[in-house]
Amino acid sequence: MKKKALGAVAAAAVAAIALSACGSGGGSSADSGKGEISYWLWDANQLPAYQQCADDFHKANPDITVKITQTGWDDYWGKITNGMASGTAPDVFTDHLSKYPDFIKTKQLVPLDDAVTNDKIDLTQYNPGLADLWVGQDGKRYGLPKDWDTVALFYNKKMASDAGITPEQMASLSWNPQDGGTYEKAIAHLTVDKNGKRGDEPGFDKNNVAVYGLGLPGSDAENAGQTQWSFLSATTGWTTTDKTPWGSHFNYDDKRLQDTIAWWASLAQKGYMPKLETTVGANAADSFGAGKAAINSNGDWMIGQYTSYKGVDVGIAPTPTGVDGKNASMTNGLADSIWAGTKKKDASIKWVEYLASSKCQDVVASKGVVFPAIKTASDKAAAAFKAKGIDVTPFTEHVKNGTTFLLPITDNAAKVSGIMKPAMDAVIAGKAPASSLTAANDQVNALFSK
Amino acid sequence: MTTLTKQPDPGLSAGESRKTRKRKPAATFRGVGDLKVALLFIAPALIGFVLFYLVPTIRGIYLSFTEYSILGDPDWIGTKNYEQIAKDPLFWNALGVTTEYVVINIVLQTVLALGLALLMHRVAKSTIVRGALLLPYLMANVIAALLWFWMLDYQIGIVNQIIEWLGLPRVAFFGSEEWAIPTQALINTWRHMGYTALLIFAGLQAIPNNVYEAASIDGSKGFSTFWRITLPLLRPVLVLVLVVTVIGSFQVFDTVAVTTQGGPVNATRVLQYYIYQRAFAEQDFGYGSALAVILFLILAIVAFIQMKFLRGNQSDLD
Repeated sequence: MKKKALGAVAAAAVAAIALSACGSGGGSSADSGKGEISYWLWDANQLPAYQQCADDFHKANPDITVKITQTGWDDYWGKITNGMASGTAPDVFTDHLSKYPDFIKTKQLVPLDDAVTNDKIDLTQYNPGLADLWVGQDGKRYGLPKDWDTVALFYNKKMASDAGITPEQMASLSWNPQDGGTYEKAIAHLTVDKNGKRGDEPGFDKNNVAVYGLGLPGSDAENAGQTQWSFLSATTGWTTTDKTPWGSHFNYDDKRLQDTIAWWASLAQKGYMPKLETTVGANAADSFGAGKAAINSNGDWMIGQYTSYKGVDVGIAPTPTGVDGKNASMTNGLADSIWAGTKKKDASIKWVEYLASSKCQDVVASKGVVFPAIKTASDKAAAAFKAKGIDVTPFTEHVKNGTTFLLPITDNAAKVSGIMKPAMDAVIAGKAPASSLTAANDQVNALFSK
Repeated sequence: MTTLTKQPDPGLSAGESRKTRKRKPAATFRGVGDLKVALLFIAPALIGFVLFYLVPTIRGIYLSFTEYSILGDPDWIGTKNYEQIAKDPLFWNALGVTTEYVVINIVLQTVLALGLALLMHRVAKSTIVRGALLLPYLMANVIAALLWFWMLDYQIGIVNQIIEWLGLPRVAFFGSEEWAIPTQALINTWRHMGYTALLIFAGLQAIPNNVYEAASIDGSKGFSTFWRITLPLLRPVLVLVLVVTVIGSFQVFDTVAVTTQGGPVNATRVLQYYIYQRAFAEQDFGYGSALAVILFLILAIVAFIQMKFLRGNQSDLD
């Protein structure tokens, strides 16, 4: 059966080539404003909210039907790209900052500038900066913002109180790359070995740990450390690229970043965090739910999952204050984009505008799963979380205090992560020193000098 | 097949050939008529071959000389992809990792399958037992991989639970660089062993009994009979099995794709996975095609060497 793999790959490639000729087309014809349009998204948690948006939209526009398809993140982008090549991509899809530069380069997205002008879309209704993320290097707008996210610490309340750490202490942790500050102290104290000895007590057995202070989902290099280390490295003044968006020089050779990563990797050597090799196949959030880790840093889109574990009382704390005396969080915003090959361009524009309006974003907010892009809808989402008994201030305060920074938006995103992931894995696994990132950084920068 | 090809042999039936000699024009006519009918019968296989093998192969070779991101048109860049591959540490790493996988997988699989085939031939004559040996092969590759992925999991896997009960330290079967490839080679050995044994078993049955009788009259026993009679007469089948399994083994992909995805670091970045990564994840179809062409050449050379030096196309029975 292994033999079939190459055959399938070849067949897929040929099919893509054969059909690529019919990929382009579309434009405004008489039918372009009605009929069925397809809409794709990857997050199953958000499907019910958007299904309702689609139903409401159909009621308001009876001649347009929206068919929603949800595909998991791992397959989503491959399907979109292959669909674009074969002429079967969705009319409208949820777009990601790290992916859309490649789509612009290959002219796969419809610019929305005319629609924004003609239909008088108020770009100031969104949280500051979100709308501008979707303006390409060519100055055109390729998406309308739908939501945003930030990062915070999920922690096991019972483990914290057993360790004598109050919620107030959890909310005011500090960090530096030399000794890890009170953040490392808390992590060490929350780590318990099989004999009940804590990580900061003499006689702690780092090879037989029952509860790790900090969970580890992976080296997180493919997302530039979004949920695992970027909130620390950013407080040292380090930035991933020379400018954001559209940087063309990466800074993984910087000592500030390498010190941060070296500190993070040292937690695994000290036994405060699982070794990377033990996390293959495991799900960090589930390990947290199973009581094997006390703290997990993660994004707000995981609130639903972390608060759903039975018998685990979850607290949410802001990311620790860092070297510059402030805390920080990477922020990423999603948007809806229209594929250039759509045959229903007018209907697609209507749908994207509806998705970006408070009508739909209020519906999304009411479900309490993510924070919509529109300011008023964001507040409604926070209220919806509160009604469920979840205080999401650690996530929202980053936006209020202006302590967010952007996910790096660059060309060659897939190739960059292809180089950085193995390099970062090697460092976190303790197989290579943090200084080895310099060589990977050179490889990454070579991609941009072509 | 053999009866069909042997029919026109004049040596077999002299009378038949004399008749045809008289009707020479008719025979030519019949030949053309045969061609039409023959083409009709060949057509399904031929169309499939051209459409799904020949055209993609030629297209792939063409693409390997281009820079192509699937969206947009291929740009001809000559042999640049190949020059880059020669300098690409990840390619050499993939070659090494794949070879390690193939060696572990093929050696174990062939030895175990040969043993199983002998057992099937001599001892286990029950259909149920013989069928049970095939069971792992009936499972989809991805399912087998995921099943073992969970059973061998560091935290929750049953295998590690047992290892701990035995008082040994847990093993990160998929997570450690040392274990990742041997683990996957063993999983696929487990899955393909029964099928390989079945092929060898068919070869064993083709060895006529009188050879064994003659050997036993001459006083040959046990291991000596196996070494001097069974193995040499089994050679053509073994060579075929080796060619097929080595080619299959070189193309390991699905197990890696659903478990370690090339990691930890680069420990399981086998050739096929690296091709997939460059072409489909990084949209570098030109480079991916060049890698695929190199894999194709490697397989052709390996298969040629096996056929040539193990004389796979000749049997000692004739």
